[in-house]
Amino acid sequence: MAEDKKDIDAVSGVETTGHEWDGIKELNNPLPRWWLWTFYATIVWTIGYTIAYPAWPGITGATAGVLGWTSRGQHAQEMEAARAEQAVYLTRIEDADVNTIAADPELVQFAVAGGSSAYKVYCVQCHGSGAAGGEGYPNLNDDDWIWGGTLDDIQYTLMHGIRHEADFDTRFNDMPAYGRDQILDRDQVSDVAWYVRQISGQEHDEAAAERGAETFEIECSACHGVDGEGVPELGGPRLNDAIWLYGGSHAQIVAQINNPQQGVMPAWGERLGETTVKQLAVYVHQLGGGQ
Amino acid sequence: MKNASWIVLVGAGAFLALLGAALGQDQLFRVHMGILTVVLLGSTAVLLRTAKFAPAGGAAATESQYFDNVVRYGAVATVAWGIVGFLVGVVVAAQLAWPQLNIEPWFNFGRMRPLHTSAVIFAFGGNALLATSFYVVQRTCRARLFGGDLAWFVFWGYQLFIVMAATGYLLGGSAGREYAEPEWYVDLWLTVVWVAYLLVFLGTLMKRKEPHIYVANWFYLAFIVTIAMLHVVNNLAMPVSFLGSKSYSLFAGVQDALTQWWYGHNAVGFFLTAGFLGMMYYFVPKQAGRPVYSYRLSIIHFWALIFLYIWAGPHHLHYTALPDWAQTLGMVFSIMLWMPSWGGMINGLMTLSGAWDKLRTDPILRMMVIAVAFYGMSTFEGPMMSIKAVNSLSHYTDWTIGHVHSGALGWVGMISFGAVYFLVPKLWGRQRLYSLRMVNWHFWLATLGIVVYAAVMWVAGIQQGLMWREYNDQGFLVYSFAESVAAMHPYYVLRTLGGLLYLVGGLIMAFNIYMTIRGKLRDEIAMGEEAPQPVAAPAE
Repeated sequence: MAEDKKDIDAVSGVETTGHEWDGIKELNNPLPRWWLWTFYATIVWTIGYTIAYPAWPGITGATAGVLGWTSRGQHAQEMEAARAEQAVYLTRIEDADVNTIAADPELVQFAVAGGSSAYKVYCVQCHGSGAAGGEGYPNLNDDDWIWGGTLDDIQYTLMHGIRHEADFDTRFNDMPAYGRDQILDRDQVSDVAWYVRQISGQEHDEAAAERGAETFEIECSACHGVDGEGVPELGGPRLNDAIWLYGGSHAQIVAQINNPQQGVMPAWGERLGETTVKQLAVYVHQLGGGQ
Repeated sequence: MKNASWIVLVGAGAFLALLGAALGQDQLFRVHMGILTVVLLGSTAVLLRTAKFAPAGGAAATESQYFDNVVRYGAVATVAWGIVGFLVGVVVAAQLAWPQLNIEPWFNFGRMRPLHTSAVIFAFGGNALLATSFYVVQRTCRARLFGGDLAWFVFWGYQLFIVMAATGYLLGGSAGREYAEPEWYVDLWLTVVWVAYLLVFLGTLMKRKEPHIYVANWFYLAFIVTIAMLHVVNNLAMPVSFLGSKSYSLFAGVQDALTQWWYGHNAVGFFLTAGFLGMMYYFVPKQAGRPVYSYRLSIIHFWALIFLYIWAGPHHLHYTALPDWAQTLGMVFSIMLWMPSWGGMINGLMTLSGAWDKLRTDPILRMMVIAVAFYGMSTFEGPMMSIKAVNSLSHYTDWTIGHVHSGALGWVGMISFGAVYFLVPKLWGRQRLYSLRMVNWHFWLATLGIVVYAAVMWVAGIQQGLMWREYNDQGFLVYSFAESVAAMHPYYVLRTLGGLLYLVGGLIMAFNIYMTIRGKLRDEIAMGEEAPQPVAAPAE
């Protein structure tokens, strides 16, 4: 376009480039200064940053940056700092047994915080966020302990798990399947279930419960106790209270006698280490029902 | 005979698909090929019914006319797929708020999520780009689309890709690459379609009658070329069987992750940014009736954007196994990208100087302006989130989701709506849209929806990030992951509401477009003019 035929936009008074596409023209405005200088600033910053930090790749590696920073280094440093902060307590917990820990208020405070944190990650899935359990998963707030509720008992259960076959020392028992394996006939099972309803203080068929009492003494009392009070040493759950792992209705008790469900808990010792397990034991023990 | 070769080709395709359905090595492949057979047989039937048995060339359009029929189909497809995509978005949002809504196996979140992302990005956004690029390139080159029926092949081939991708997800197929989930045979098909798209676009540029190539076409071309490269490299894979659905990526480990995010980030950069900037550079000056603000800025920010964007992908992999140097580069290139991105915003907004008063009466222009505003906001937020210190808080949280949606709903969605509202009356030769007041309703519903969505996700994301890193006095984590999930419930409910507003706006648009195409005009008071008020009684 010739110099003397400049195309000026009437509204802005700015010259256009002289081209037009489907009615669209372009003004010949310069780059906004603030835009340009901000762009330059980001480039200058980039140069500085890439000198300071690992950045430019070569054939065999990349520039390391004058600060010597690495993400692995930062991670290791932060972990070390965190460990150092907890070190005093962690070594004391490592060296003491759970009962000593529970007698020291300072250690209890730390162990409960640590146990609570571990509980939220590893235990909530089965025992629930409030530790109230659910069907098949024991409530940890009450005083009904299948495998014992002392600090030592809880620590052992946590360390070795229940029916966790990979751990040689795991807690293990096996209730016979009275119905499936035809150890008792249908009526006998029903009668025993009524008896269990009787000792747990629920509505029951009086005559049937009386018939079931004898069977209970022969077949059940060894593990569940003569009065159904439970035998924690064998992991035989208490039956004469209102707490049920698999339900307390007649039908649910019959189902459990016929074909028992056997819960499994992982052995946490190897996974979390003894120090964390001790903290978990102290935490669970103080939830309400520790013995 | 018109269509003869197409009928033979599609019919042969249907036969091959039938063979695939019969001989497939796995259930998914057989069912998927069955679907393809049905689709292709249906297409053959449609082609046969519309075939004209007169000698070819009789009443064919002349070279002097623009090829707009494919643009019309594209505009309708944009609106239709948009509704599908928004609807599925609302459903997946609701599934996150109320997990009971996961209906196994076809409609669980895992299958619906890629359906949503593909439907909005590739079906809605892709069709918007196809339609507008075909429209814009013809006008700004003063040339008919190159390649004759090739443009039809691009359009229908692309729809077939969408259908195959969507049905594949619901049947449980996935290549496991974010935003590139279709399996290998669907990828191959898209490659064929995309090369045809490039041919049509380049061919039209080559035979242009204008001396220069308009800036919108630079952006469209950058989008088409780069997406071709990204698509091919990211999807390099070895099928387990040529008659089976499963394939394995050519890359492994951190190289695979980096390739994936090189693709993923540049899908955002070249599909959702460059492509839609092309759209902006045509429709904003047209609708505003003003010249583009600065030619120099458009050149500088174009080349800076193209050069810088392609390196920014590693910022998706901060604090991972990716080497530190690559993370650094991903971050600094993202920071440098800030101003080149804003160049587009400046050029878009400043083009309105001398026409700001039109915002009061023109809701279409208002839509385009808010799109550019959201573009500016999310292209500031993006570089900020790429800074490692910010990223260590924001990464893996819903903040990222909010960021993506302020860009997707705000920028991509709004600029596309504006373009559709601009195009439809012109394409169908209508005096105006059926209703401008409905556009206004759409504008406010969509804007409100985005604001709710983005604000809620900021709060949710920052809360998540803070919960994950909260330590107590003894140095133990305070919250479990599950607790942070539970804390999200109210936000997820609100997010669903925001999405619902956006969907309702989309439905209003669909109705408005439908009525416009039918040639109806709503009897309404023009925008900016109030209804006559009854004369107030004189005061005492």
